[in-house]
Amino acid sequence: MRSFQQRLSDFDARGVRIVGISVDTPEINRRQSQKLGYTFRLLSDSKTQVIRRYDLLHPRAGPKGSDIARPAEFLLDSNGVVRWVNLTENIAVRARPEQVFEALSQLPSAAQ
Amino acid sequence: MKRKWNWPIWIGFVVAVGGLFSYEFFAQFPITRDFPWANLLLFGIGAALLIVGLFRAFGRPQRYRGKVFGSIFGAIAFLFSAFFCYEIFYVLRQVPASSGAPRVGQKAPDFILLDQSENPVGLGDLLSGSRAVVLIFYRGFW
Repeated sequence: MRSFQQRLSDFDARGVRIVGISVDTPEINRRQSQKLGYTFRLLSDSKTQVIRRYDLLHPRAGPKGSDIARPAEFLLDSNGVVRWVNLTENIAVRARPEQVFEALSQLPSAAQ
Repeated sequence: MKRKWNWPIWIGFVVAVGGLFSYEFFAQFPITRDFPWANLLLFGIGAALLIVGLFRAFGRPQRYRGKVFGSIFGAIAFLFSAFFCYEIFYVLRQVPASSGAPRVGQKAPDFILLDQSENPVGLGDLLSGSRAVVLIFYRGFW
């Protein structure tokens, strides 16, 4: 997410919103975004309801054997339709902003 | 005769241990994170130096020190690199498959969640007025 924060002005300029979702509480999110300088929204799904709805649950991978989200990135157009998705198979390998810019350039002009 | 300092053992050990503990640093940059070649390079350099040092210690024990501590350092460095490889090439890849995740062309499921200011935010709020939205699901900081 660090790399997305670094390119946030480029996303803003293209009218693209960046949002993070995890099991962290709003309090942890507040603290972390201050600490790391994140200015985009971090949403709290501590009950893993949304994570489950997106089938992204990583069971017992969190602290004290709790359930967390597996990493995943989605690009949604203005109608909420998925236009690009990245489901990594390696926790260390995450989507890069360049991949999203590439996917954005493929969006049909009607959706722009 | 006083035996010589066997520097490759010491330097090799420090470099190999650095290969493990520098992961947090290198993980900040995608280029050294997607594949941890910087750490593996450090392990490789450390191992080469340790091997040189051990050859000296066992080949010419009257000139070089390090038969005992060199073996111990070598074993520790080996365990560290084995642990690193296990974590990187096995543990990090134990990500559950996600066959039910929304696919390209499907509508993303709606949600309402609290942001860091405790305000409820819905997917509709995020979509309104923007050309696109990037949802980043992450493991969390806990």
